[in-house]
Amino acid sequence: MSDPSVTGPVSDLYVEGLLRELAPQALGAVARRYGDFADAEDAVQEALLAAAAEWPTKLPDSPLSWLIRVASRRLIDEYRRTDARRRREDLAASLSIHHDEMVPSSDDSLVMLFLCCDPTLSPTLSIPLTLRAVAGLTTREIAAAYLVTEATMAQRISRAKAKLRGHRFELPADSAARLRSVCEVLYLLFNEGYTSSSGADLVRVDLSSEAIRLTRLLHSQVPADPEVAGLLALVLLTEARRPARTSADGALVPLAEQDRSLWDRGLIGEGMQLLNTTLAMGRIGEYQLLASIAALHDEASSHAATRWAEIANAYTKLESLTGNPIVRLNRAVAVAMVEGPAVALTLLEGLELGESHRLYAVRGHLYEGVGDLDAAARCFSAAAARADNVRERDYLIEQAARVRAQL
Amino acid sequence: MRYMLMQAYGGVELEGCVPMTEWAPEDVRAHIDFQHTLNAELLASGELVDAQGLAGPDVAKFVVSDGVNPPKIIDGPYPESKELLAGYRLIDVDSLDRALEIAARSSAAPGPGGVPIQQQIEVRQVLGAPTPEV
Repeated sequence: MSDPSVTGPVSDLYVEGLLRELAPQALGAVARRYGDFADAEDAVQEALLAAAAEWPTKLPDSPLSWLIRVASRRLIDEYRRTDARRRREDLAASLSIHHDEMVPSSDDSLVMLFLCCDPTLSPTLSIPLTLRAVAGLTTREIAAAYLVTEATMAQRISRAKAKLRGHRFELPADSAARLRSVCEVLYLLFNEGYTSSSGADLVRVDLSSEAIRLTRLLHSQVPADPEVAGLLALVLLTEARRPARTSADGALVPLAEQDRSLWDRGLIGEGMQLLNTTLAMGRIGEYQLLASIAALHDEASSHAATRWAEIANAYTKLESLTGNPIVRLNRAVAVAMVEGPAVALTLLEGLELGESHRLYAVRGHLYEGVGDLDAAARCFSAAAARADNVRERDYLIEQAARVRAQL
Repeated sequence: MRYMLMQAYGGVELEGCVPMTEWAPEDVRAHIDFQHTLNAELLASGELVDAQGLAGPDVAKFVVSDGVNPPKIIDGPYPESKELLAGYRLIDVDSLDRALEIAARSSAAPGPGGVPIQQQIEVRQVLGAPTPEV
């Protein structure tokens, strides 16, 4: 079978974009046909390398079919080489199928999300695998986003696939529970992008944007699931505030000081609309509560004008739902706005959060509120020493210095 | 040639140096800006490979193991550590002289009242690949 005719050279950038879009579709088609997800992923990766080398000079008429065909050939060759009997049986069946009949199905991305976000995989493994298989990012792009070498990231993804070897390409039996696992992975990915983004770094892929893209994809696959809709609303409403989160020189700007005119009204509108529709379904869960809180922030014209009592209530519901101590911490901040910092401090007594810098930071803020500047300075110092990222560390050192200067 | 430039690492005491959380806020800002500016310059010159902050010495842990018994884990032994920004820069430069020049810039970062803090910067060459035999 000869390759289709070519039109002329195309740019590497165009090819990159095309591959990112088509890779997950090709993977879905091949995995569904041959059954083993990990094997298919290996084969598709090889086809992508060949495409990246050849397409800039010779772009096929049907790039997706090209990818599926080349990946299938690699897979068959590999099966022949490793001589596994089960695979031989699949092989015999597959050789009779014309490759042009292998087309992606609209369910493929959902199956891939379930597979990649397998609850037995730690997020360190499932997130990069999801980014490659479902989002179509290259290993190099993912490595750059996580500030590791390409070789290290390739190893991580191989380990993830090794754990999934033998998993067939189909929807799991317990899809409702597995959906929770997918949401957790996507939310984690979004938060990693949100806290680590440095604005100036245009070369690195934006993890938050990828998380939003994948969450939109998930939502389109399961539009009736309220928690998935809640997660999408949450990330949209949170992302909306991003333009105000860092100052021109890259410093962190806390919510209370953000220039709200910079918030993205389009994302806020979309998030609110989605949230309202979802809440009406009446099955309120964790993501919908978090989205409600984000919405309460986003609708407020100022920090002072925010409906803090409603936010505090939402955190109370969330705390009874999840029992997560971080929720208590966030509730305390809201309670301080309604009932004053002294009440909030009592709420935090005995709270166990290990060496978390956030607990120290909130206590610092509350002690300053009650006028105990010495305790506030000590808490901010302790928080700075425990901060896990440079932006927050710098901010906390400045708070400690600022408070101490008033003593 | 690659060099590691390490700051406030290993608990070197600085005489009379006040912890950063006790500086005037504008001096804190100036010091932080200095570090970011130096990184930006080195990035622009193509000499910066990596620059990272490290968690403070008081939350560092020290581990000793004989390979048999459970390891001894000791909390950071610097209870009165000077709370300067701990961290490292990994640079790729043409000569030792250039590495020392950059280290000197780093050492003279502004402190209280804008006065250079004269922090001791440890410079260690990173061992590279062997040269091919002639």
